Amino acid sequence: MKDALSSLWQTLFGHPVRAFGVVSLLLLISLAIAPAKNHFSEWRHYQKQYLALIRSRGDAVTLQRHFHDGIQQIWLPQLGVVDRCTTCHVGLKEASLADVSTQPFRQHPVIPHTLDQFGCVMCHRGQGPATTVEEAHRSTLAWEQPILPARYVQSSCGQCHRAPLTGTPQLNLGRNLLGRYGCVHCHTIKLPDGSAIKPTDDPPSLEHIADKTTREWIYAWLKDPQAYAVTATMPNFKLSEPDARDISAFLIANSTPLAGDTAPVAPGTKDEKAPDPTAGASLYGESFCASCHAVQNAAGNVVGGDIGPELTRVGNKVKPEWLRAWLRNPRVYDSGTAMPHYRFTDPQVSLLTAFLGNKTDSDLLANVHLDAATPEQIAHGKLLVTEYGCASCHEIGGIKKPDNFAPELTRIGSKPLTQIIFLPGMTHAIPDYIAAKIRQPRSFGSALKMPQFSLAPAQIDALTTALLSLADRAHDLPLALTVPAKPPSNYQPAGKAGQLMADLACFSCHAINGRGGDMAPDLTWEGSSVQRPWLQAFLKNPGTLRPALIRRMPKFNLSDDDAKELTDYIMTVYQTPAFDRDSMPASGYPPAQVEQGKQLFYSKYACQSCHIVDTKVDKGYIGPTLTQVGSRLNAVWVYHWLKDPQTMRPGTIEPNRNMNDEDARALTAFLMTQKGSSKKETKK
Amino acid sequence: MKRQWRTFFAVSLTLVIGGCTGNPGPAPALKPAGFGAALVESSGGKQIGATGTVLAQPLVVQVNDEQGTAVTGALVEFVGPAGVSFDPPSGLTDSSGQLSTNVALGSMAGRYQLTARTSTKAQKSVELKIEEIALGYQQQVGFQLDNKYCARCHNPESSAERVSNYDNLEVKPHPFTEGDTLNKMTDAELTAIISHGGPALNKSALMPPYGYTLSKTEIEALISYIRLISDPPYHASGTVYAQK
Repeated sequence: MKDALSSLWQTLFGHPVRAFGVVSLLLLISLAIAPAKNHFSEWRHYQKQYLALIRSRGDAVTLQRHFHDGIQQIWLPQLGVVDRCTTCHVGLKEASLADVSTQPFRQHPVIPHTLDQFGCVMCHRGQGPATTVEEAHRSTLAWEQPILPARYVQSSCGQCHRAPLTGTPQLNLGRNLLGRYGCVHCHTIKLPDGSAIKPTDDPPSLEHIADKTTREWIYAWLKDPQAYAVTATMPNFKLSEPDARDISAFLIANSTPLAGDTAPVAPGTKDEKAPDPTAGASLYGESFCASCHAVQNAAGNVVGGDIGPELTRVGNKVKPEWLRAWLRNPRVYDSGTAMPHYRFTDPQVSLLTAFLGNKTDSDLLANVHLDAATPEQIAHGKLLVTEYGCASCHEIGGIKKPDNFAPELTRIGSKPLTQIIFLPGMTHAIPDYIAAKIRQPRSFGSALKMPQFSLAPAQIDALTTALLSLADRAHDLPLALTVPAKPPSNYQPAGKAGQLMADLACFSCHAINGRGGDMAPDLTWEGSSVQRPWLQAFLKNPGTLRPALIRRMPKFNLSDDDAKELTDYIMTVYQTPAFDRDSMPASGYPPAQVEQGKQLFYSKYACQSCHIVDTKVDKGYIGPTLTQVGSRLNAVWVYHWLKDPQTMRPGTIEPNRNMNDEDARALTAFLMTQKGSSKKETKK
Repeated sequence: MKRQWRTFFAVSLTLVIGGCTGNPGPAPALKPAGFGAALVESSGGKQIGATGTVLAQPLVVQVNDEQGTAVTGALVEFVGPAGVSFDPPSGLTDSSGQLSTNVALGSMAGRYQLTARTSTKAQKSVELKIEEIALGYQQQVGFQLDNKYCARCHNPESSAERVSNYDNLEVKPHPFTEGDTLNKMTDAELTAIISHGGPALNKSALMPPYGYTLSKTEIEALISYIRLISDPPYHASGTVYAQK
C-alpha cells in the first residue's frame, strides 16, 4: 500500500518539469469547475428542453424571439420580490403554449395581474431567488415557505384584497365562516387596517336559560349539538357524561328568571291541543318562517334559510310557555335578536306554539335521565364552564368573558414552522397544519380545549384559505398597495321609525346605507323608488312582486299608525340625491308615446323575456311582475332605472341597454299606464 | 480495498432504495373478497370544481357481476392524471357493491379523465373512464357570471333559490353544455351575441344584450367557461401550432 503510494508520487512529481505540468493541469481543472457547474445546471437543462420543444412548432420563430438565454429575474423592490422562476418557467407569457402539458413550459392561466407587476412568489410562495427545483419549491433549511398548493392559492389574493372578489369564492366563503362559526370569539384576528374580524353567529345568552329549556335538553345538546340540529354551528366539546351532567346542572342553577319571558296558558283556556295542525302549518308558511329557519325533511335534506336556528326538533328544546312569549315578542327575552317582532294575535300564537311543539324526535331525549343536581356537581360545572371558555361566546351570569382565550391568529399564515408541533406522518407545512387542526383539533393532544367543529371538506379548505391569507406579507405591505374593503356601517335610523325598524328586524334581510342583510332588496333609495300609497299598503299586507321566489317579505300585522310612521320615514329619508322624485308625472302621458313604449317593450327591448305586463301572454318570471308597476313605482325612478339600472341598485341583474332618452321616456310612459286592477289583486 | 468499496456501494444502494421506498408507497395490499365483471358509475362523474380543490360530491362506482348484481369486497383502484389525488386511492366495495372516494383535481384548468379499475376472476382488468372538469381563475369568474346572469334562462334546471325561465321561452336557449351547437360558433360570434343580444346573429330577440353591463374581461371569462364545460369538448379551430 505504502509502496504503491510512493511510486505514484514519484511518477507525478519526481521530476520538476513533470511536477509543474501536473500542478498546471490540476489548476486548469479546478478553474473549469465553475463553468462546468454552470453549464450542467438544472435551469440550463430546462431551457434546452424548451428550445427543443418550440423548434417543432409552427410559431417557432416568434417563440424563439421571445426567449432569453440565461438566468431571468423579476425584481420588484417595493414588494420585496426577487423572482427567478421565469428562468425555467419560460413559456409563462406565451398564449400559444396553453395546450402544452409538460411543465415548466405551459402558459400561465389568465388572471387579472401580470408577471411584471407582481412576480410569482406573491401568489405562489416558495423561494423566488432560487434556481434549482428543490430550493425553489420545497421547504429547505434556508427557506421555510414551500410552494403553496393550488387548492389554497386564493389565500394570496386575500393578502391585498380585503373585500370579497368574484373570482375567489373559496376565500370569500372562508372569511365568512370565520365569523359564522364564531372562530373569532376565542381567537382574536386583527386585520392589517387595525380592525378585528367580528363574529356573526350571535350565540344566545344563557342568563335565563332555565326559562327557555330543560336540563335534559342542555345535556343532550352539550353531548352532541349536531344530533339535535345538523346545521348547528355549536362545536362538539367531546364532554364525558359526568362533565355534561355537571355543566347542565350549573347552567340551570345559575339561570335567573326574567320577567315576561314566559306566558303560561291560563288553566281555563284549553286552546293548546285544540288547533288543527294544518292551520299551524299554513300559518308557518304564510309568515314565511322558512325564509330564515330551516327544517330537515323526511329525505334528510335541510330546507329553508340559515339566519335563524334550524327547527327540526324544536319541540324537544323549548318550553311551550317560553315559546308562546317568544312568538308574542322575541325582544323581551333577547333584545338584539335577528327575529322580527310579528304582531301575532293570541290564537295565532297558540297555533304556532302547538305546531312547533309537535316538531320533536322521540329518540333525542329518550335516554337522558338526570338526578337532581348536588352542590358539588354545580360547583364542578362552574369550573368546567370557566375552563372550556363557554363565556367567550355565551353570556353567562357571574362569569366574565375571558380575554384572548385562544391563541391570536393575526399572522397565522406565516407562523414559523419551528413553533409548530406536527403530528407524525404529517407534511411539515403551514397549510397542512391549519387544515389538520381545523379537521380534528383534539388529535394534537387530548388535553386541548379546542372543540370539534362539524365542517364539510370544502368548508375546511375555505377556512384554511382564509387563515393563510393572514400572512406577514398582508400586514407588511404598504397600505397604498392594498385594496381595502368597504368599512362596516353602523347606520342606525332615528326616532320612532328607527325603533320600529329595530323591532321588525328590517336589517336581518334588507340593507340600508351599507348595513344589513342581502336576502331582500337594498332600501337605501326606496323613498325615491316607490309611490307612497303602494308602500303603505305593502307594509300592511305585503303581496309578492316575484311569484317565483320562495323567500318573501312576511306580514307583520302592523297597525295603521305603525305602517304610516314607517312609510313617512322611508318616503322622506331614503331619497337619492340624483333626481327629484316629483319631476315626472305618474300619469297623463300622450297615447302615442304610450303606444310607442309598448312597441319598444315587446320588440326592440323584448322586456317580456323577463317581465310580465299582460298575464295572458307574457311568461317572464325573472324580474318583478309589472302588471301594476304604474301604481307602485315613481315615473322618474323608472326612467332613470331604464337608463342605468346598476347605478340605481349596484349588482342588479337587469342589463344596461344603453337606452336613448326618447326610448326611455316612451317606455316609462307605457309602464306608468300599467296600474293593475284592484280586482286582480283580491283574486290573488 | 475492493471489499471496502463493495460494502460502501451496498450501503449507499440500500440507502438510496430505502430513501425511495420511504415515501408513502403502495398501501398495505387489500385482499379482494369478490370479483366482478363490470364497473359502473353510480354518481360523482361530470362534476365541476375549482382547480386543486376537492369535488363537492364523492365519486361512487359500483362493481357488478355477469348477471348485473352488485359484488361485495371487490378491489377497485382509482388513477388519474398528474396532480389528481383520491382519498382513498383504492378499496373494497361495500355490501351494496359500491366504493366511494373523494377526488381532488389537479392545479391546471381543464378536463380530467379519471380511471377506476377492478379485475375479474380471470385477472382481466376492467376499466371505467370518468370525466371531471376543473375551473381555473378565468372559468371560475365565468361560472359565477353564468350563475348570476345567464343560468335563469340557459339552464333548464330549477332550484328553490332560482326558478328557471327556460320552459317559458318559445325559442329555447342553448344550455351552455350543448357543445353540438355552441362549438360551431367562434369566440367572436359568442362575444357578439353576449354584447349585442340575440338579433346580432339573427337569433331570438328575447336574449338581451349585456355589452353595457359586463366588461370585456367578464365576457372573455364567460366564453372561456362555456368552452370548458361544453359536451362534446370544444377544440379551438384556427392556427394549429403543434406538429404531430
